[in-house]
Amino acid sequence: MVDLIVGSLNSVAKYIIPTLLVGIPFYALSVKKVPVYEVFVVGAKDGFTIAIRIIPYLVAILVAVGMFRASGALDMLLNLLAPLLNFVGFPAENLPLALMRPLSGSGSLGLLTDLVNEHGADSLTAKIGATMYGSSETTFYVLAVYFGSVGVIRSRHAIPAGLFADAVGAISAVFFCKLLLA
Amino acid sequence: MLNYIWFGMMAIGVAAGIYNNKIDAVTNAAIDMAKVSVEIAIGLIGIMALWLGIMKIAEASGLIRIIAKGLRPITIRLFPDVPADHPAIGSIVLNMSANILGLGNAATPLGLKAMEELQELNEQKDTATNSMVMFLAINTSSVQLILPATVVALMGASASEIFVTTILATLCSTIAAIAAVKFLEKRKRFAVAPDAPQQEKNNG
Repeated sequence: MVDLIVGSLNSVAKYIIPTLLVGIPFYALSVKKVPVYEVFVVGAKDGFTIAIRIIPYLVAILVAVGMFRASGALDMLLNLLAPLLNFVGFPAENLPLALMRPLSGSGSLGLLTDLVNEHGADSLTAKIGATMYGSSETTFYVLAVYFGSVGVIRSRHAIPAGLFADAVGAISAVFFCKLLLA
Repeated sequence: MLNYIWFGMMAIGVAAGIYNNKIDAVTNAAIDMAKVSVEIAIGLIGIMALWLGIMKIAEASGLIRIIAKGLRPITIRLFPDVPADHPAIGSIVLNMSANILGLGNAATPLGLKAMEELQELNEQKDTATNSMVMFLAINTSSVQLILPATVVALMGASASEIFVTTILATLCSTIAAIAAVKFLEKRKRFAVAPDAPQQEKNNG
């Protein structure tokens, strides 16, 4: 049943982008007589300015995250948290990924790859890891890009709210995998 | 907040780097990531241009207004300070749809467009509005119906097993994100500061 849903969703997914790329201009041209080529070019121009505008924010965030990652501070944090998490039933093997996920997309994909290689794709550890990876985003990267693109410096409650959601996501990943897949 | 987190990550990085005898790696990471940041931004230009161009067509043809109108009952609760017919609502809805469908490439340009339109409504340009934080939180908690291609490739036959758990986990984190934003936006310590420091004012 689930196999069927996943299979059909993923096969539909590959048609979405081509449909949008053709469908939107088709509607605009045929129904509203929009000069699609000219309008496209006007919109596309913004791509350059926005991409350039986010550079300083990306440099700031990614450099700080990179230094933190390379220093081994994450491992020290892990050792500190491990007893506590073992106590509440959070698997220690999945903790590095849970901590890495908000910080770095490539870093957490690397950790997930390690989990799959080490425990096998059909292990509960790998399934929890993949659920964590798939159910969350790289909070700090998204913050840098989204707020940076409009020059917002004061993020107010964005980080506490984002990290809280990440924590809830990681805990629910463990909970639902243990409940449904164990 | 960001000031302390940003400085904290670097300071902890240097301190832990010295303690763990990894200071060279920390230095290299700083220099490498500075380079990588620019590569990411440059790599975005083409995709951004493509989707922003298509978006402009969708806007000019009135498609965005139609979509925004249809989802008004939901968006008006999540973004009460955005007028229901504002173009930001259309971009927000499209960004969320792209996320749900797993179209990461399309989601970012649409999200940045939404941010730009939310910024038009912002009276203090260097400070995030409630709607901006809500929009960001929903994005970082990633509502997703289709698994990322990388996960499918890695997990092989097990991919279909984690389909349900991923949707449930992402649902929980999105609900948590919305609840946290709604709760925190009323706290005094996250209130919009009356005046921003002078040197930050002309930014944005």
